Amino acid sequence: MKRKKKILIVDDELSVRSSLEEWFLEDGFEVETAENGEAALRTMHNAGPFDVFVIDIRMPGMDGITLQKRVKEVDKDAAIIILTAFASVDTAVEALKLGAFDYITKPVDPDDLSHAVRNALRQRELSEENVRLRDKVTEMGLASPIIGESAKMRQVTEMIDAVAETDATVVIRGESGTGKELVARAIHARSPRRFFPIVAVNCGSIPDTLLESELFGHEKGAFTGAQYRRKGKLELANGGTLFLDEIGDIPAQMQIDLLRVLETKRFTRLGGNQEITSDFRLVCATNQDLEGLMKEGTFREDLYYRINVFTVDVPPLRERPEDIPLLARFFVEKYARAMAKPVKEISAEAEAVLLDYDWPGNVRELENAIERALVIGNDRDVQPVDLPFRVEREAKRPDALALTAVEEMHIRRVLRERGGNVTHAARALGVDRGTLYNKMKRYGIERE
Amino acid sequence: MIYVALLNGYMPPGGDGLAPRLAESVPSRLEHLPVNFDLSAYYSPERGQYNATLILAHLLRHLPDSNAKIVGLTNVDLFIPVLTFVFGQAQLNGPGAVVSTYRLRNEYYGLPASPSLLYDRTVKEIVHELGHTLGLVHCRDYSCVMHASTYVEEVDLKEARFCSDCSAELSDG
Repeated sequence: MKRKKKILIVDDELSVRSSLEEWFLEDGFEVETAENGEAALRTMHNAGPFDVFVIDIRMPGMDGITLQKRVKEVDKDAAIIILTAFASVDTAVEALKLGAFDYITKPVDPDDLSHAVRNALRQRELSEENVRLRDKVTEMGLASPIIGESAKMRQVTEMIDAVAETDATVVIRGESGTGKELVARAIHARSPRRFFPIVAVNCGSIPDTLLESELFGHEKGAFTGAQYRRKGKLELANGGTLFLDEIGDIPAQMQIDLLRVLETKRFTRLGGNQEITSDFRLVCATNQDLEGLMKEGTFREDLYYRINVFTVDVPPLRERPEDIPLLARFFVEKYARAMAKPVKEISAEAEAVLLDYDWPGNVRELENAIERALVIGNDRDVQPVDLPFRVEREAKRPDALALTAVEEMHIRRVLRERGGNVTHAARALGVDRGTLYNKMKRYGIERE
Repeated sequence: MIYVALLNGYMPPGGDGLAPRLAESVPSRLEHLPVNFDLSAYYSPERGQYNATLILAHLLRHLPDSNAKIVGLTNVDLFIPVLTFVFGQAQLNGPGAVVSTYRLRNEYYGLPASPSLLYDRTVKEIVHELGHTLGLVHCRDYSCVMHASTYVEEVDLKEARFCSDCSAELSDG
């Protein structure tokens, strides 16, 4: 069911408050009223957030302009409509300069009031949508498909499919750079929560002192520098997925807080006392041995058992070398597009170097290597010399590769270039189709 | 039971047949009720209009049965303090409403009088305000009687009936 829009009416005249209240109730709003600025701020704290504010400009005590400033301090995107008597239009203009959405003079034409409120709501929805779309664009920019045809990666994909539809907590384990976040995003994208956000927090990259506020949010004034109320990632993930990367790095005290949230789905912002409920699915990732940390006493046993419902192990790149050419090709296309360059081929020699390297930094290191090759290389195919020094030096020389490995690599490549068409590939390789089928069978190459 | 109170004997065109016509749209028994009181007490000289909120409060004193609802009909120009005018006012989910024909008349807009149009508009506005007393809020369907109208042209666009969503809500409630 669609949430009712909330409106706060602030006016010192009871008759104005009650008539506006009736009017907006009939229009389907959830309405709160306040007789002065102080009461409005209290109502905002206890019953907020509000979609629209209608504020009288002239009130005893805190006037409408001051209240508007205070409201904007808490909610900088607040949609405020100023009510004014004809005589104080100058002040209304000042209110507009300070960020009020509109002003209307009392008594108000019903149609003007409806328009002002509808437009204010539309404006607020647009700015919220803008933020959501920006996040979405960022998310789409980050999202890459999971590339890999190796048995190990197929197993990962099957596990993603199996767990995505459920609401189970998932722990993704894998070395740095193996693509744990991609797996988390794939789980989210295939889950019923996909229409809500996936909110990622790298627990290892945020100082302990900031992590708490990052997760739980804070009220204005909760600590020095907290000038605005800020929603935490737990709150932002409402309806969607919370992805906690490097969960093994969460400090001890916050492990207790996190466990409580996971059990109750309720928490309060720092410096606040209003309890907030957030319904999210938790996906965590780690490159550490959580069981080892648990035995050492640095990771809580109760939290470990709370999160360890389903585990996905992402293999290191060295354990799935057959995926290297596919990944390299994917990154060549990705960066060629980003740099508006023609898509280049990877020479057989360069591919052999890539295949023979150990990739301690995994897929991330491969991606960086290809990006570098595209930046420094000229228009010819990617050559070994374009690859980072470390890759070239540590790789065994191509001539040290077994002949069969080179043959397999070459067959895969020719097949790929011909869109999987065996007849065309056989012709290009100078063999008949039967020979090619036999070789494909021997190397475990499947027909597309 | 819903009472249609023709205030101080005011009778719009076809007024004597209002209750049966309204009963076609509102799922309740309707009866006319004569109600007389001095409206001048609710006149605002600064505005040259009558305070709908106060008239409604007075009208409720004439409600014969606390489980019933009452809708008053008048031809004076109504306002509520913050708005320039209202066609009518109702208590959401409450017992009472009041409707004015003052701005429903074609003559108010400099057009020739049309008793049939005035009758139709009056029926729609009464059903609309009664809808509020039955707990309905404004509806997005422009043809539904619960659609918000601040112009008579908008009143003319809608029909004197609840849309399927509003009807369903009335049945559920």
